[in-house]
Amino acid sequence: MTRFPRRTRRTRRIAGAGAAAAVLALSACSSSGSESSSSPEASGQDLTGTVTVFAAASLKESFTTLGERFEKEHPGTRVTFNFGGSDSLAAGINNGAPADVFAAASAKTMKLVTDEGHAAGSPGTFVRNRLEIATVPGNPHGIDALEDLTASGLKVVLCDRTVPCGAAARTALEAGGVSLTPASYEQDVKSALTKVQLKEADAAVVYRTDVKAAGDKVEGVEFPEAAEAVNDYPIARLENAPNPSAAKAFVALVKSAEGQKVLGEAGFLEP
Amino acid sequence: MTGPQAPAAGRETYRKPRAPGRGVPLALLVPALLGLAFLLVPLLALLLRAPWRDLPGQLTSPAVWEALRLSLFCATTATALSMVVGVPLAWLLARTEFPGRGLVRALVTLPLVLPPVVGGVALLLALGRNGVVGQWLDAWFGVTLPFTTTGVVLAETFVAMPFLVISVEGTLRAADPRYEEAATTLGASRFTAFRRVTLPLIAPGIAAGAVLAWARALGEFGATITFAGNFPGRTQTMPLAVYLALQNDPAAAIALSLVLLAVSIAVLAGLRDRWMRTA
Amino acid sequence: MPKKPEHLSDPAGAPAATAAQGLDARLVVDREAFRLDIALRAAPGEVVALLGPNGAGKTTALRALAGLAPLTAGHLRLDGADLRRTPPESRPVGVVFQDYLLFPHLTALDNVAFGPRCRGAGKAEARAQAAEWLDRMGLAEHAGAKPRRLSGGQAQRVAVARALATHPRLLLLDEPLAALDARTRLEVRAQLRRHLAAFEAVAVLVTHDPLDAMVLADRLVVVEGGRIVQEGSPSEIARHPRTEYIAQLVGLNLYRGQAEGHTVRLAAGPAVSTTEDLSGPVFVAFPPGAVTLYRERPTGTSARNLWHCEVAGLESHGDQIRVELTGELALAADLTTVAAAELDLHPGAPVWAAVKAAQTHAYPA
Repeated sequence: MTRFPRRTRRTRRIAGAGAAAAVLALSACSSSGSESSSSPEASGQDLTGTVTVFAAASLKESFTTLGERFEKEHPGTRVTFNFGGSDSLAAGINNGAPADVFAAASAKTMKLVTDEGHAAGSPGTFVRNRLEIATVPGNPHGIDALEDLTASGLKVVLCDRTVPCGAAARTALEAGGVSLTPASYEQDVKSALTKVQLKEADAAVVYRTDVKAAGDKVEGVEFPEAAEAVNDYPIARLENAPNPSAAKAFVALVKSAEGQKVLGEAGFLEP
Repeated sequence: MTGPQAPAAGRETYRKPRAPGRGVPLALLVPALLGLAFLLVPLLALLLRAPWRDLPGQLTSPAVWEALRLSLFCATTATALSMVVGVPLAWLLARTEFPGRGLVRALVTLPLVLPPVVGGVALLLALGRNGVVGQWLDAWFGVTLPFTTTGVVLAETFVAMPFLVISVEGTLRAADPRYEEAATTLGASRFTAFRRVTLPLIAPGIAAGAVLAWARALGEFGATITFAGNFPGRTQTMPLAVYLALQNDPAAAIALSLVLLAVSIAVLAGLRDRWMRTA
Repeated sequence: MPKKPEHLSDPAGAPAATAAQGLDARLVVDREAFRLDIALRAAPGEVVALLGPNGAGKTTALRALAGLAPLTAGHLRLDGADLRRTPPESRPVGVVFQDYLLFPHLTALDNVAFGPRCRGAGKAEARAQAAEWLDRMGLAEHAGAKPRRLSGGQAQRVAVARALATHPRLLLLDEPLAALDARTRLEVRAQLRRHLAAFEAVAVLVTHDPLDAMVLADRLVVVEGGRIVQEGSPSEIARHPRTEYIAQLVGLNLYRGQAEGHTVRLAAGPAVSTTEDLSGPVFVAFPPGAVTLYRERPTGTSARNLWHCEVAGLESHGDQIRVELTGELALAADLTTVAAAELDLHPGAPVWAAVKAAQTHAYPA
């Protein structure tokens, strides 16, 4: 998971020059949030090394982009990601997996980490996400409401209820008074999406962002009950982070206007 | 010397092993004990950290027994299926000559080295609704395999069958083919010779392979979750249940693990005699 | 010292196998090492022994007869039927293998019942037949034993019973006594001889032990290097070996006769005194080296066996002289060159041949 920094000596020199520029850039982009990103301490520090980010699967595309931006802004750093179901990531962190940052898809899963005291400071919501139905391109079964998912012979997959996406889906189904027996409860939202992409499943309840990320491989169907089950995505630095300064900077990037832009383009809602 | 053979005849050939430390070189003993400790300590940890007080409550949950019942059913069915097709395949590899035999043998053992999830993906691409073969199954028979118990059985068979084939092929190679010759001179067709002479002779090898296959099938996770998905009672086998429970209810996960451990030990202990005889 | 020419196939020793009965085969099998090419004919009831050194091709011939090895050329007719293209399971051929190959997972009874069951008999019927066979072999009480519980001799008899239970028209035996120790071999040889004598169809046995061949077979076929080098009755071959191998092999004088106590009256006429006390049909054997020759009838000798013979021929045999004698008893004697010279032996010379009873070996036939 953690990798040793490359080109340490050369990096230091460039980082020293870049740090000042970075601080200026960051301070220009900083947005309101519980954490101040343009702390004076950062200007004197070199940002190097690896930042390990555990993030919910739905954040894959947007966080990867942000990671690349971060590496560009702080040459010599390297961002590694671990995407997965928020619940299994939380369990990993609680069992001692080395991570710097945790971005969960629900407050509940973040609570698993904070309850154990593994978060540094209190987490802050940085985006929200809305559910959407993903179907095969062309929507051959004519799905346009949540009830349509109960049609006989239709293979629908949901996320397992321990995963934020699954919990939200459950809330939405209850809100709509729909009782749905899926073909499978997947362990994270990307697995559910993949089943639709492979056309193994006819439909899946995933996030809007996943539908957008899949492009023309799936077709999205919005439904009103999704408004009842919008997930808040909290992000937090971790207590035993191997690279706390870089962790701080990454969180700052995520909350900055630049970060918000990337996330917004992916389909996330403002926090 | 009269009378029919007692079923316990096999015990006569089983000799007690020498006590360790007597005549065992230290250079072998130390690594051996280390290896043993490495295998045993996690099991002991499981027993030590088990929430014994909460256990009865956990164990009465219907989800646990559902998952167990499904696991046992699927593993046994997968083993049976492996035997039905695996034994003839092993015979083909061991007793006949055909071009490309070496390649076929390598392919048969491929699932052993393939990561199970890769196996699951491959199964999807082959037998999924849109799969190479699967699409015809769907079009002609309306049969879809993913998300079904049958799918679980197929995924488990895919990963477990190579164990059986290798074990049986090895036994067949070691078995004397002249017994089959003797049978043909007595009037047995090749198939009758196989059925009445070869099969009984390789039965220990088949049993050993079946035990391995069963154990492998019982513990299969990656191919199952990828190909068959996860639905309680239909496709949620014990390993899946444990994995998902671990996320939010570790006590339940440990309870499930203990149940699985107990069942596995019971089965392996029950088959111990046969196992020992082949060794 | 001229040798008498020997016909390759002695009409007196080989009863003709007509087209309708018995075995008529020309076995040609091409191997990388050599080529087997032998002609075998045998009438029903006859026991033919294929005798030869290891690698001579005897087992190949046997396997070809059983259908376990394909014929490169030649023919194979049994009771008039052409078996060349018939698979082994359809041939009326029974095989007793060198290490018996009794099915380890079946009892002796089920082993013997295996053949009849394969040929259509029901389980109970097959077992009944098998029980009969085992009884005939004197193994009724071992019917329920697994092969690993049987002694060598018992296993051999079960193997024979198993082969006979299918009522084969050709019985093949591959070194039937080789796996037995010397003591068991004696007993089993005698029993096997009885069974083969009672067997109505053709029996072909393969062996490298001349004693087995001579005791069990009516006719010997000596095979070397894939070819037949000599054929005939055991006594003819013993007296007139045509190759070094046979000569070395049959370093024995062998006779059949009737025993009464310590005396055996040979079929040829004269009596032999033996140390064994037997009665009934017996074999008597003694090596040529045990024979002492005298020009005059000896008075001081303690040998009770004394025959008046005439020298029929002399030849070098290793570093000794082998003297062939006819007369009262036909036998062969080995002498050192010096002794032969001292006795002034030449064909036609009258001699007295003496053999100590202690150096003869008689045993039940």
